[in-house]
Amino acid sequence: MEWTRKDLLGLENLSKEELELVLTTADSFKEVSTREIKKVPALRGKTVVNLFYEPSTRTRVSFEVAAKRLSADVINIAAETSSVKKGETLIDTGRNIQSLKADIIVIRHGCSGAAAVLAKNVGICVVNAGDGWHEHPTQALLDIFTLKEKFGRIKGLRVAIVGDIAHSRVARSNIWGLIKLGAKVTVCAPPLLVPAGIEKMGVCVTGDIDDALCAADAVNVLRMQFERDQHNAFPEQLEYFKKFGITRERLEKAKKRIIVMHPGPINRGIEISSEIADCPQSVILEQVTNGIAVRMAVLFLVSRACERRKSA
Amino acid sequence: MKEILDKESIDRVIKRIAHELLEKNKGAKDLCLIGIRNRGVCLARRLHESIQDIEHKNIPVGVLDITLYRDDLTLISSQPVVHKTEIDFDITDKHVILVDDVLYTGRTVRAALDALIDLGRPKTIQLAVLIDRGHRELPIRPDYTGKQIPTSKKETIEVRFTESDGKDEVVITGT
Repeated sequence: MEWTRKDLLGLENLSKEELELVLTTADSFKEVSTREIKKVPALRGKTVVNLFYEPSTRTRVSFEVAAKRLSADVINIAAETSSVKKGETLIDTGRNIQSLKADIIVIRHGCSGAAAVLAKNVGICVVNAGDGWHEHPTQALLDIFTLKEKFGRIKGLRVAIVGDIAHSRVARSNIWGLIKLGAKVTVCAPPLLVPAGIEKMGVCVTGDIDDALCAADAVNVLRMQFERDQHNAFPEQLEYFKKFGITRERLEKAKKRIIVMHPGPINRGIEISSEIADCPQSVILEQVTNGIAVRMAVLFLVSRACERRKSA
Repeated sequence: MKEILDKESIDRVIKRIAHELLEKNKGAKDLCLIGIRNRGVCLARRLHESIQDIEHKNIPVGVLDITLYRDDLTLISSQPVVHKTEIDFDITDKHVILVDDVLYTGRTVRAALDALIDLGRPKTIQLAVLIDRGHRELPIRPDYTGKQIPTSKKETIEVRFTESDGKDEVVITGT
């Protein structure tokens, strides 16, 4: 299996083999972060630009750490403090970054499809770090990587995704990836936060949290993104916790070995109880560690594919 | 295709190298073996067995993947898969025997040296190879050689081990 894409825009278009290649490569990269000298020269002399149009700490820092462990140079651009404020378009910004001879743009944008637009208009690599409600491929890859590490396989696993599915790029990327690798996915949310036609992606839908948890091997808890609620579709916080919050009482009814995941940042007492966030079944902080290995793998694979295209 | 070494010759060569490296290092103290993926790992494990037979000491064996340290990644047509480096012991102050099947340009060994030095500060790094086929492009020489084989650049040396290829042999192909 060979990786030939210069961009990673989402998991929807990736084949099962491509997903598996990223996971195996990430597994090899994980060891680097355990060394005393946490650095390999694989991307020495390459420049990675983090272009973030939406606030993000953990994803940006994770990409930055990943790039630095590969010896790349990293430049961070936050849209609020850049020429975007002066009216520059996304494509113009991208072309300017390309003219600076950067090699990879990692983009986070509020509009679905922004990463694809950028990728079409620049010759350098583009990695999607979240575009609108569309996809957040590296988050899903690190979730899947963590699952694989815990269970040794993805095929046949039952994964429940709980929370605001409608506005969640994390949910969408997870569904694409998990289904392709043979997992069974159930989404659970208040009715107004389930997008129409989601069953077509191959998932089961339920509004009952106990129903979602009873057969699950893992539950991926999403943050309630109250800042995205433009149509008053969200329930009140306390009510949401009562109906959908992941608590000890609820987990006691689930499988003993169930693991609890969360892409962060967590809101204790809203989608997850404080006790569960810190319990042994919670792998939330391991996800953060795995995120570095997964992003190292992605940066490495796209960069190599781009190099080989140039020399071909 | 011509056979250069058969199973018996490979066995003898490995035993001889095991004796040589024990002699040079005055025993197995502070010794460790690190094989370069993939065939170097098989060879390192064989040397480990031999050393155990001779000295009754169990010295550590590690696996080194040098993909991330290569200088020719853009030149080769297919992308190598990055495999794990598995060295679960500290190499600082050890005598590290770096093991590979074939020594050719020396670029793999150069990459391996960089990788090792990122992992610690060994007392010495010594190089053991089964076949030295010449054509060095860097100032690198082996400390222990199984067999020197003058080759032309058009020829290919293939080292096969039972563990990975079903049988033990070294063959030369091409003209």
